[in-house]
Amino acid sequence: MEKKVLMKGNEAIAEAAIRAGCRHYFGYPITPQTEIAAYMAKRMPKIGGTFLQAESEIAAINMVYGVASAGLRVMTSSSSPGVSLKGEGLSYLAGADLPALVVNVQRGGPGLGGIQPSQSDYFQATRGAGHGDFHMIVLAPASVQEMAELTVKAFDLADKYRMTSMLLADGTMGQMMEPVALDDLKISPMPEKPWATTGTKMERKRNIINSLSLVPEELEQFNFARYEKYAEIERTEAAAEEYRMEDAEICVAAFGIASRVSRNAVDAARELGIKVGMIRPITLWPFPAEPFKRSLSTVKKYISVELNMGQMIEDVRLATECRRPVTLCNRAGGMIPTPEQVLEAIKAAANGGEQ
Amino acid sequence: MNKLTFRTDNCKGCGLCVDVCPKKVLALAEDVINKKGHHPVTAVNPEACIACAFCATMCPDCIIEVEKGV
Amino acid sequence: MVVFKKPHALSDVPLHYCPGCTHGIVHRLVAEVIDELGIEGKTIGIAPVGCSVMAYNYFECDMIEAAHGRAPAVATGVKRANPDNIVFTYQGDGDLASIGTAETVHSAARNENITVIFINNAIYGMTGGQMAPTSLPGQVTQTSPYGRDVNLCGYPVKICEMLAQLDGPEYLERVTVNNVKQIKNAKRAIKKAFQNQIDGKGFSLIEVISSCPTNWGMTPQAALKWIDEKMIPYYPLGVYKDRSAEKKGDEQ
Repeated sequence: MEKKVLMKGNEAIAEAAIRAGCRHYFGYPITPQTEIAAYMAKRMPKIGGTFLQAESEIAAINMVYGVASAGLRVMTSSSSPGVSLKGEGLSYLAGADLPALVVNVQRGGPGLGGIQPSQSDYFQATRGAGHGDFHMIVLAPASVQEMAELTVKAFDLADKYRMTSMLLADGTMGQMMEPVALDDLKISPMPEKPWATTGTKMERKRNIINSLSLVPEELEQFNFARYEKYAEIERTEAAAEEYRMEDAEICVAAFGIASRVSRNAVDAARELGIKVGMIRPITLWPFPAEPFKRSLSTVKKYISVELNMGQMIEDVRLATECRRPVTLCNRAGGMIPTPEQVLEAIKAAANGGEQ
Repeated sequence: MNKLTFRTDNCKGCGLCVDVCPKKVLALAEDVINKKGHHPVTAVNPEACIACAFCATMCPDCIIEVEKGV
Repeated sequence: MVVFKKPHALSDVPLHYCPGCTHGIVHRLVAEVIDELGIEGKTIGIAPVGCSVMAYNYFECDMIEAAHGRAPAVATGVKRANPDNIVFTYQGDGDLASIGTAETVHSAARNENITVIFINNAIYGMTGGQMAPTSLPGQVTQTSPYGRDVNLCGYPVKICEMLAQLDGPEYLERVTVNNVKQIKNAKRAIKKAFQNQIDGKGFSLIEVISSCPTNWGMTPQAALKWIDEKMIPYYPLGVYKDRSAEKKGDEQ
């Protein structure tokens, strides 16, 4: 019988990371994710791991870079303003092809913003986490159970593709308490990392971890190779949940906390006889374009529900190649749309008729 | 006799070795240009070498090997 | 009998440094120490951004290239991952004393068990001779063309003196490499900094007053003289902290 424990989302991330074999955590206090650091501070010394409160977000991400270079599973976590500071390190991790997990429990911005939940780092996570051409694998949990499951998956994907995974949550997800079945987590062994800098032992040629490449022809080839890898990830790793989409004429697109609100609204609209469903991206990069493309056979209108000024909506438009209207139903600055607000948007779309 | 060996191609002709030699063994070869485009160091007075290795110690490019009593 | 040859830990490739630049001397000293301590197989070197950005090409041990100023943080990660590795950073003044000041101070405060080689040549070399945090008052550089005006841009940062105020660091020493005697002394200091790490004593930083003939606009010979005349009076050589020795002193 599966045993469930009641946990905060932030704690579920921390515990799942430990179960996935992560023994090194570096972080800097910032609301609303500090429970992750607190959990690690308590647990790591007991299991022979490292918890270190770094002097800055910048130092934390570079400590991550060091452990990743040594070939071990490693993570850091922060919230929006802190993730901006980590941007430099994220770019270097990408340039040096190092696997790591970075958690962003988002809060409202820009600037110092607020401490209430937000999804306004979608662009940062999926498009521009730092300078240069690169992507991170971005996973968006929608329950505390998924916080745990996707943390494990994030480590697996990071190691498989030698790149950074980001778990993109928000303040609600981080603070929310739900029962979690931790014993069900599927932990796979970490792959061999012959490239890691662990010392030559005078038995092999030196390994070099590096993102500098002054010969443009070579740097171009590195970029080409990285984007071939990205193309493979786009083909094989995109994931989404489709909810009541079989005959849907209206499709709500929402991830994370927005999808939980939207699910209620979809159910309420179905009660009213409106043919509406939801596509919930689980990977934000790669964006799951395929279910959106497939949905074009029945869907006439799309509604992107987001806790920001409209960011994922661009990917919905790209995935549907702008062949249907896409409207935005949103709140920003730390506010969350209500199921009623989303239901009104669905009703408006249904009453608006065909375009 | 002591022996100096130079990895001449890597010499940048800075002359720090020439200046530090207590026996005036070394000079830059004004009539030679190496791969890097420098006048490399050469032993103009090799028999005076006392194998003190001051030249090799000062050399920023580690191009000098010193052998004593060859 | 061979009395001097290239150390094994120093790669057999030409260094990119300018003629007469003392970076090469310090590279060789580090490699000699790695050879003599027999630690090449477990040493991880961390190169910074600056003139020594390509140092990862010059050592035979495993190497990591870090972001500007972040080498001590990266070293912290590497050392915490594998405490049996010997981890050193090799950083210039812009890297260590300007953009990476926080990482320097806090790795020292934590007494992180790493070895830091700090090249202070009072200028940004790689980018073509701009004012460094360690440029001397009045020193002419590309970005202080009328000489460093302390009223406008403040005073140089004295890293050894500053870090010596902390309880954390194990060992801090300032040396130079502008003549044979000083080079031998610098090697002794560097060896101690590595030995401290092997002995688990903690953070050791060796500041090496170095020359930059190209960006100082001098011959290599004149640059070595300038170290004696200008640099050392401002940056006195010597041991700034030796916790083990202090402890011994307390016991006596």
